[in-house]
Amino acid sequence: MGTGYLALTDADREAMLQAIGVASIEELFADIPEQVRLKRELELPPPASELEVERELSALASRNVDNGRELSFLGAGVYDHYVPAIVEAVISRPEFLTAYTPYQPELSQGLLQAIFEYQTVICELTGMEVSNASGYDGATVAADACFMAAHATGRKKIAVAETVNPQVRQVIKTYAPGFGLEIVEVPHFGGVTDPEVFLTAAQDAAAAIFQQPNFFGCLEAAPDLARAASEAGALAVAHVDPLSLGVLEAPGNYGCQIAIGEGQAAGNRLSFGGPHFGFLAAKKDLIRRMPGRISGQTVDRAGRRGFVLTFQTREQHIRREKATSNITTNQSLCALAGLVYLSWLGPRGLRELGETCLGLTELAKSKIGLPLAFEAPVFKEFAVRTNRPSEEVVREAKKLGVNPGYPLGRDHPGLEDVLLIALTEKRSPADVERLAEVLAEVTA
Amino acid sequence: MSEWCELPLIFERSKPGRSAYSLPRYELPKAEVPAALARTEAPRLPELAEPDLARHFSALAERNFGIDSGFYPLGSCTMKYNPRLNERLAALPGFADLHPHQSPEDAQGALELCYQLQQALAEISGLDAVTLQPAAGSQGELTGLMLVRAYFQDRGELEQRRKVVVPDTAHGTNPASVTMSGFELQPVKTDARGNLDLEDLRRVVGPDTAALMLTNPSTLGLFEEGIVELARIFHEVGALLYYDGANLNAVCGISRPGDMGFDVVHFNLHKTFSTPHGGGGPGAGPVAVRRALEPFLPVPRIVRSKDGAFSLDSELPKSIGRVRGFLGPFGVLVKAYAFIRVYGPALKEMSEAAVLNANYLLSRLKDVYELRYDRLCKHEFVLSAAALKREHGISALDVAKRLMDYDIHPPTVYFPLVVPEALMIEPTETESLETLDAFVDAMRRIAAEAADTPELLHEAPHGRSVERLDEAAAVKRAIVRYEPE
Repeated sequence: MGTGYLALTDADREAMLQAIGVASIEELFADIPEQVRLKRELELPPPASELEVERELSALASRNVDNGRELSFLGAGVYDHYVPAIVEAVISRPEFLTAYTPYQPELSQGLLQAIFEYQTVICELTGMEVSNASGYDGATVAADACFMAAHATGRKKIAVAETVNPQVRQVIKTYAPGFGLEIVEVPHFGGVTDPEVFLTAAQDAAAAIFQQPNFFGCLEAAPDLARAASEAGALAVAHVDPLSLGVLEAPGNYGCQIAIGEGQAAGNRLSFGGPHFGFLAAKKDLIRRMPGRISGQTVDRAGRRGFVLTFQTREQHIRREKATSNITTNQSLCALAGLVYLSWLGPRGLRELGETCLGLTELAKSKIGLPLAFEAPVFKEFAVRTNRPSEEVVREAKKLGVNPGYPLGRDHPGLEDVLLIALTEKRSPADVERLAEVLAEVTA
Repeated sequence: MSEWCELPLIFERSKPGRSAYSLPRYELPKAEVPAALARTEAPRLPELAEPDLARHFSALAERNFGIDSGFYPLGSCTMKYNPRLNERLAALPGFADLHPHQSPEDAQGALELCYQLQQALAEISGLDAVTLQPAAGSQGELTGLMLVRAYFQDRGELEQRRKVVVPDTAHGTNPASVTMSGFELQPVKTDARGNLDLEDLRRVVGPDTAALMLTNPSTLGLFEEGIVELARIFHEVGALLYYDGANLNAVCGISRPGDMGFDVVHFNLHKTFSTPHGGGGPGAGPVAVRRALEPFLPVPRIVRSKDGAFSLDSELPKSIGRVRGFLGPFGVLVKAYAFIRVYGPALKEMSEAAVLNANYLLSRLKDVYELRYDRLCKHEFVLSAAALKREHGISALDVAKRLMDYDIHPPTVYFPLVVPEALMIEPTETESLETLDAFVDAMRRIAAEAADTPELLHEAPHGRSVERLDEAAAVKRAIVRYEPE
């Protein structure tokens, strides 16, 4: 029975009913009209003990081929980076794990300060001045950015490069009708976006969004794209990999007004797609348009430094239908994992990690005897032509214990023979050798 | 209690040359990014060795309060105990190390878990089909309204149906979601018994109505007594009923939203189904719908074939699309599923205990705090500190802050807006009678202190790491990140 989580004894219940002045528990529900009451038990599997539930879910878990059970080069938006032990130690602290949103600052200084530190780390990474406390994921923060830009510019068009993660583009399109936005996609040439074409598409747009490195792993001419967006009067929005920002320039330093991204790679496990976090940072003049929680520094009555949720007049609980967003719950604990992870790395670790990714990618490119799909430079992911449908290549390679990557044809018609291979520090040079062998075998 | 001093920011503990990281160093070819794209100045991330990192976050944790720290009767947030089993299960390598792009045939266990959770949520809500994609309750709301929109668009009625009716007691997320989904807000009032005012409702509901958004029991903790008539009013004009599941903890296994007449429901798995809120997330906000709305659900959908194998279907032409990456916040779904497996049909006992605990507190506090709607409550209730304010100048905020001195997290304050000086109290089912009695004692003593030693309340809290903070100064100074000197 589930009553191990319930603390009332029969005697307690009797005493409480008496204090209330009713004869039975049923009487407490007398206000529910007869015809809407459930007159049978819920049809759910019978209650189970902790041990039985653990067995049952462990059996389900064992039916999945996780990254411990095959040599995987899957990326495409979610990356298998190492999560250090300190991250789990911090986020399993019950004072963080079991707290609600920090509405009462005197009982929430730990979390409010952590959010403030998180905001600082995100600003440092992206070259921005303000960051919110997190969004749901790398896709929903893109929709948030569109909404911010539409309000800031009074324009209704959004230009988004086709090289942006397809799931991100899909979410923007789902949100667009409610916002009254029109989405224009900018085609790629050889895996990257042409700044001239981007400039044309960005005319009359509220925001022009690109991804760096892009979904194909390629490095865009990001400063040129940002310049093109600004020239067209659109806000330049960069969707970035946080772990690339030790070696790649920060969007705020090349003219972007908003930087967004998927934070998973920073300290969050794959977890079949979530929960992770999205980050959203911007230049200071956009702070009042920003959705979500923001922690701000202030002082208490004794003059001590403290932190509170601030600029709350943007938010739904104050502004209701005029709020910048409906968001309330965000991804605090995942963002905290991000903070701990990035603090563990520090600036040198971040740079070293980036260099390792670059080196592994370079190694893989040289070892794998398949033609590159695109010429552009890359960071930790690159695409090859597989001379047969890449879905088949994946299927064959998996039989040999290697998951060689993501078939780009899944979202990009015309690229059915292209495979996207991701490298993180968890893959060794020997793993790369093995990948090359297996790919040679299944594409021979 | 010891004196608290200011805790340095992690950046203030930082010293160039220190680091915590350890990464493998492989023999690799030298590779660089093109100079025009290369980072020119390193980000000023913290530089600490791991021991100091551990100590810093430990000190931060000590300045935070969770359910494991003490009673947390935060109204409408359902702060119940978070079973530790669920944490262990979500961390199993077969779940936590599973890549979301893994082929469905190699993720059968994960897909089956999601499918079973969908089935369970459909049964609990009394509806037909479920999506697990939304990341939180508010995203569930938005998804639900997008479904309403798609449904009317498909019927050619979207131009006509512009309005979504929302009671004045609703969470702020409801009106915000209405705007975000492109509808117009139509507010309605609450009547003298705390029900939705049916007369006001009949005046505003018409052919331009798309939907009603309702929390039932309401944020006053009261079951909508006119629910049957109310559902008829909306359905008669062809409008839909949306159920905000924030307060589902009151009625699991007792009364199902689908049976009440609702067409769309969102769940807050981090409330009703015990997944930890993590200081502001992650949550999960699955949405259940009646059959007629199923074609519009987000993609991908989990499909079970005759042989019992699970696959994903993204080719659904009427779908609203995707509201988030992948299938949903999977780790949260694992925890909620484990919780539902532990309880099974006994979820009814969970809701009964939640309602018993709330009514017990109400019965023991309504003689010292004002109660606007004197009825049985469901899982929560709203008291008012208006009398204390009138007589002693003590506000709901003062009461809240003083509760901290008794090691109790304050209730939700100043909400719902229809009750002045509101104190919204939700004990949940997991609290013992001793804890409830301690809360009653604290609340009664605070009411007495309001008369005898009001300064004690004005100055509360005492002994916390900070005293009351200047929120206006935070906006004025707008310091939202650390800047090195």
